[in-house]
Amino acid sequence: MGVSILGLAWRSLMNRKVSAFLTVIAIALSVALFLGVEKARNAAKSGFNNTISGTELIVGAPSGQINLLLYSVFRLGNATAEISWGAYQDLDARDDVAWTVPISLGDSHRGYRVLGTNLGYFDHYKYGERQPLVLAEGDKFDDLFDAVIGAEVAKQLGYELGTPLVLTHGLGAGGLSDHDNRPFRVVGILRPTGTPVDQTIHVSLEAITAIHVGWESGARNPLADSITEEMIRGFDLTPRTVTAVFVGLENRATVLRTRRDINTNMSEPLLAIIPGQALTELWQVMGTAERVLLAVSAFVIAVGLVSILTSILTSLNERRREMSILRATGARPGHIFTLLIAEATVLGLVGAILGAVLIQVIFMIAAPILSAQYGVALMGTGPGLVDLYTIGAVTFAALFLGIWPAITALRRSLSDGLTVKL
Amino acid sequence: MTTSTVRVSDLQFAWPGQPLLLDIKSFELKAGERLFLRGPSGSGKSTLLGLIAGVLEAQAGQIQVLEHQMTDLSGSRRDQVRADHLGVIFQMFNLVPYLSVVQNVVLPCRFSKRRMSEAKQNGGAEQEAKRLLARLGLDDQDLLSRTVTELSVGQQQRVAAARALIGNPALIIADEPTSALDADSRDRFIQLLSEEARKTGAALLFVSHDGGLAPLFDRAVDLSDLNLAGRRAA
Repeated sequence: MGVSILGLAWRSLMNRKVSAFLTVIAIALSVALFLGVEKARNAAKSGFNNTISGTELIVGAPSGQINLLLYSVFRLGNATAEISWGAYQDLDARDDVAWTVPISLGDSHRGYRVLGTNLGYFDHYKYGERQPLVLAEGDKFDDLFDAVIGAEVAKQLGYELGTPLVLTHGLGAGGLSDHDNRPFRVVGILRPTGTPVDQTIHVSLEAITAIHVGWESGARNPLADSITEEMIRGFDLTPRTVTAVFVGLENRATVLRTRRDINTNMSEPLLAIIPGQALTELWQVMGTAERVLLAVSAFVIAVGLVSILTSILTSLNERRREMSILRATGARPGHIFTLLIAEATVLGLVGAILGAVLIQVIFMIAAPILSAQYGVALMGTGPGLVDLYTIGAVTFAALFLGIWPAITALRRSLSDGLTVKL
Repeated sequence: MTTSTVRVSDLQFAWPGQPLLLDIKSFELKAGERLFLRGPSGSGKSTLLGLIAGVLEAQAGQIQVLEHQMTDLSGSRRDQVRADHLGVIFQMFNLVPYLSVVQNVVLPCRFSKRRMSEAKQNGGAEQEAKRLLARLGLDDQDLLSRTVTELSVGQQQRVAAARALIGNPALIIADEPTSALDADSRDRFIQLLSEEARKTGAALLFVSHDGGLAPLFDRAVDLSDLNLAGRRAA
């Protein structure tokens, strides 16, 4: 049987395998890059927005919305001021508040932040699609000097249940300001969450108070060591201040009113933020870089498309004879035109499909590693509409670009007549 | 009138920006006639063939191919006439390099329904292609499975002849098809082509600079006798 124009285009490309192959590879790589950036961007965004969920408000001392979010959720930077225990108790007593989890930050252990909190933290702190924190090993803290560590801490420092650890005052690497007179003990290790929880050491609020006995001036009182553990256990270890409070409401619908109330009517000045809103604002700050990356990868696709043009245009000279043979055997100019458009389109289509497949393979290999090592779930990176749209757009762009060589070949075949003077 | 395959009258043609190349008062190719058109290189032979085939457009005059007044037809209608009724053989490099031997031969059927249905009457395009190739001495299965660029020039020209003949076109145009062949295969090629053309009743317009081939045809014409443009310039 005869061959269709598409068949001709395919055979013609196969006849120039190396050039066609390189062009397809260029397209495939550029499409894979673009889809990779796009998917990673969305995965990062949804992962980021799911760092904390189920918490309606975060309350801290007045600073900025992003600042409060950064130190309370991402453990980045420091609180400029604290909330008094009294203000926390007022907050907890509100009728519209269902639960509160106070947190206290400021100490560290070998670069990992220490978070003082109560047992409610393990019940109420949620991430992702309202997933709770789950212990991989051991239990929640029970004794004063118990610590529950995040997955990353356990992995990086090689800690197991029962490992003793000494907290450092502030964020230094350790040394002079170690709370070495009050060692802790690992009693629980959390499963990976892909959130800053993985890099956190959780202790009780009382423990934070306890280790600071004798540190009231901000540095170790020489007499601090003379206070025994038994004496400390006898003290009232209720904290005087906390750094921030996670708040859950009785009714989510009142969130705006409750927030305004807290921001204006409390006994001391407070700042309440809605985590989702603050996360979005923070993402917008970082979003510029991400959009630049996307734009760059879109340009890489443009470069890939230009390589289609290059490969077809450079082939046209050596194909003048072929075109005149086709004309002589009855091909109309439309056939020549269609042939070249089809070649460009096939290159674009095959390259784009290959690119989409390539990025899926990459994600398939990377996803289990990321999930096991960092607890990062690559959400929404599977095949989706974006792949379809990208393949469609690249194919259409290739078709559109094909008009150029098609017109060149058409003009030549009309002026060459039946025979090409070689 | 009905016995004319090609009728040319008062034809004038010049390439853009160049002096008049062709100025032909009258030229006729009768149905089934095998005509030898002699002319040196650059005399406008190929241009005349391009005009008859409807690929080029004359500035003045008439060209009639069968019942079609080519000079009055649109480009796409001329393309259709060529696809349906003309078989063309070039000097060399006749074949599309990325198609198989048989795919090359059936190519005209792809562009012309008429030739496809003609070929189908003989058992289908592929069948007909193989039959024509066999008649031209190309029936070796091993040979047919090779890529066309691996064939010798003589074999390539015979494949081109089979392609020109498929689907029984009324006119075969051959532009120096034997200039790359040695004397033996040249005479054999012309003989085969003439035989096949006679069997299908096609007229043959054979163009060459080599006057020695003239006796192999029904009639021979010198382009310089036809073309007034060359004479005036001289």
